[in-house]
Amino acid sequence: MTQTSTLSDVREFHPRVRTALDNPQIRSNFRNAMDGLMGKRQKAFDGWDLDKLRDLGAAVRLRALARLPELLERLEANCIRQGIQVHWAETGEQACEIIGDICKARQARTVIKGKSMVSEEMELNHYLEEQGIEALESDLGEYIVQLAEETPSHIIMPAIHKNTTEISDLMHERTGTERSHDVDYLTASARQQLREKFMTADVGISGVNFAVAQTGTLCLVENEGNGRLTTTVPPCHIAVTGIEKVVEHLEDISPLLALLTRSATGQHITTYVNMISGPRRDAELDGPEAVHLVLVDSGRSSVYQDPELMDTLRCIRCGACMNHCPVYTRVGGHAYGTTYPGPIGKILMPHLLGLDSTRDLPSASTLCGACGEVCPVRIPIPTLLQRLRKESVDGDRLRPSVVRGHGSKRHWKEVLAWNAFRWIFASPGRYRLLGMLMTRFRAFTPSRVGAWSRYRSAPKPAARTLHQLVNERAKGGGR
Amino acid sequence: MTDPIKLYPAKPEKVYFFATCLVDLFYPDAGMAGIQLLEREGIEVLFPQDQTCCGQPAFSSGFNDQARDVVVPQLDLFPGDYPIVVPAGSCGGMMRKHYPELFAGTPWQEKAEALAARTWELTDFLLNVCHIRLKDQGKPVKVAMHTSCSARREMGIAEVGPRLLGQLGQVELVEQARAEECCGFGGTFAVRHPEISEAMVNDKTEALVAAGAETVVATDCGCMMNIAGFAEKNQRPLKGQHIVSFLWERTGCSDGEGEA
Amino acid sequence: MSKARNAILERLRAGRGDQPLQAPASDFSVVRDRDWSLTERLERFETTISSVNGEVHRVVEEVWVQHLWALMAAKGLNNLLVAPETVLGQQLLQQQQASGPELRTYRDPVEHWKSELFNGVDAALTGCRGAIAETGSLILWPTVQEPRLMSLVPPVHFVVLRADQVYCTFYQALAEQGWADQGMPTNALLISGPSKTADIEQTLAYGVHGPRELVVLVLE
Repeated sequence: MTQTSTLSDVREFHPRVRTALDNPQIRSNFRNAMDGLMGKRQKAFDGWDLDKLRDLGAAVRLRALARLPELLERLEANCIRQGIQVHWAETGEQACEIIGDICKARQARTVIKGKSMVSEEMELNHYLEEQGIEALESDLGEYIVQLAEETPSHIIMPAIHKNTTEISDLMHERTGTERSHDVDYLTASARQQLREKFMTADVGISGVNFAVAQTGTLCLVENEGNGRLTTTVPPCHIAVTGIEKVVEHLEDISPLLALLTRSATGQHITTYVNMISGPRRDAELDGPEAVHLVLVDSGRSSVYQDPELMDTLRCIRCGACMNHCPVYTRVGGHAYGTTYPGPIGKILMPHLLGLDSTRDLPSASTLCGACGEVCPVRIPIPTLLQRLRKESVDGDRLRPSVVRGHGSKRHWKEVLAWNAFRWIFASPGRYRLLGMLMTRFRAFTPSRVGAWSRYRSAPKPAARTLHQLVNERAKGGGR
Repeated sequence: MTDPIKLYPAKPEKVYFFATCLVDLFYPDAGMAGIQLLEREGIEVLFPQDQTCCGQPAFSSGFNDQARDVVVPQLDLFPGDYPIVVPAGSCGGMMRKHYPELFAGTPWQEKAEALAARTWELTDFLLNVCHIRLKDQGKPVKVAMHTSCSARREMGIAEVGPRLLGQLGQVELVEQARAEECCGFGGTFAVRHPEISEAMVNDKTEALVAAGAETVVATDCGCMMNIAGFAEKNQRPLKGQHIVSFLWERTGCSDGEGEA
Repeated sequence: MSKARNAILERLRAGRGDQPLQAPASDFSVVRDRDWSLTERLERFETTISSVNGEVHRVVEEVWVQHLWALMAAKGLNNLLVAPETVLGQQLLQQQQASGPELRTYRDPVEHWKSELFNGVDAALTGCRGAIAETGSLILWPTVQEPRLMSLVPPVHFVVLRADQVYCTFYQALAEQGWADQGMPTNALLISGPSKTADIEQTLAYGVHGPRELVVLVLE
């Protein structure tokens, strides 16, 4: 993993949460954005049998995963037949090297990038800069984030943590754009800055939304047109994607598209669905002369080993889980310290980074289930969070933990606490004794009980437990 | 993959009552109200004295071993083929949805599955099995409803509370912003991530106050403790009450034994 | 490289054995079954693409070129990139007016005139392979005659659509045009409106990197 440099940062969850919660700008930026996105999603599915559509989305993804190795081989064969060069990388570092080598072989100086979360995951820009290659983000949100030298705070809307004023100030400082609240003006300015780069870039790098095994087709979904420019204008296009993005048939993308754009931003479709099946052919007048596909594993094949955890790989990266997450809405994307924030990040990042460095993530959920309820491919996110909680404390002797870094959250104090819980609650006698003591000495109930009473008054035990009331009632001749 | 349609049983002669530890130790009035509502519907209520806790606190913290050990002795407390009713969506969800996964592949699997299939959340049971008809005898009041996330999403009963309250002529159920959003309780979440929990319960409380409710009526004691506890500590004008206590109180405690 | 390939495939197979896992059946009826009449399809297409700032003009086939000249004049566009070898291109060249916009053609590989294409072309006109009613999308398969950048680089993109080529859904278009069977082109596109973004505080802005205007001429 290339994340070694940020490992220690990932662990600092609580301080980052505090910082985010104390920032009213962050709070209101996310609240407003998430409210808007939730409303749009709901409207977008008007008139659909959403249960049935989600069933289909899940079925398509499950079928792809069931045949994953075969489909990857088929994808590879069909890509090669059409002139797409296919590369495999076990780690993010390897993927960076592959891409770096392609760039160097072409003596590339500048790379223009379309949005790709996998490239964020493997810190590709950082790697390319080290190799002396300029990598410029062209998606407007990514461009803003890059100007600010930050990372995306949302997988679909990278700059959602900033408001117009902040963006205007940033563009003014970094590019000399005049300060303005006119979004059209700011957008036009970014367009102007990037046009030149599109024309001169040596390589275009993009992600992939779906890779179709049947036809060797790479599908990219976008609104701005930067993805199309990235994959059409430079002489070389490199598409980089996780191995789980493959689907079997071309028709499979139809339900996934319907789900993806509606779940993500409430659009019935994005402006562009760009399907690429090869480099420029004879007599064609544009398009790259070389197309490469880099398939990145980076922990995914390990997730695939476990039938329950495998569900994580169904994800089509729509971001609906974070849009609906009450925790994400409060703390924003950066608090997580991981490439993928929110619920999907909580169930995916432990596999990419290890549970030891992500140990606070599985517990940072109320298990409210809003994420699972909106997931377009029905990933049982709360169940997977629960599973990772178990893995992080090695809490089940019947089912050994398998995730890298498991058991790292197991602390003797907590084990002792749950053993005490068991000692009392597994014994009716001891439990009734507890009830008797609590009611009898209720006057001595502490008014401060740890973190709970920092923000709330502590609950007071009742004068009689229900056990006692029912008992007395029976003795008194009640039913 | 779609959730199976719930098949309600015919109204039985008897039910088992699983109180939950929070109700037992902190809010027994809610338990007693539940028992009495069921009895008023002509159902005999069996209360196994050896019941303790559903095991959820340990389970949701990842300590499955401890959770299982707490549950196992209780699997035998409900021998008759009667429904088990629970005055909480979250404990009900634990029993109905999570016992089967907790005990999968263990000697207790069959028992756990049988118990899960017989478990019902109390208000759901009152409305959809007993077809309860409530007659309001209280003064006009404005309340808001908080359906816990497990009641809403695991037990699928978001409609039940409002429909029961709708039967009460003098009760105005006020609309709140973001009713379906979590209150920030989440069991041990509230103490593991107190800052986030506080941000959530703060927003929830403000939404309820802004809605003009004097009382928030909740399906679950956990959420109620969270919201009402926050309101009390921060001197916000909002009280909390378990929905079952509220229903019993409003309908006149008619067999004369209820505690208002 | 092939070492990585083998290791990845091996790990995937180690997890589940040689046989594919079971997966539930895929019932496509939810994205397939629509039986809208042609009129209904056209209406839906128009409503949907208009909702994202696409501009639709229904014109009688015989006068579409005159209609286009009028539109271009109204929009103040001085030149138009056309594909001279296509039927549409032929019609445009035949009906070119001395006082009308200058017609330009995409004759050379983009490398030879990139700067001109990016900076000097006001608008382009292409045909399409049909449209999708449900999502308000145009289907384009760029060709040697109509290269990919025609629909992307000029600030205004005119598209000619035949009224009888509107499918209900993407699924139907895929099936009826037999995409998977005939082999895919280098590039296939669905275009549903002008280029847009909402990356700045969720505020919609059009014409980010692609065309600012998308104008559909529906030939009836």
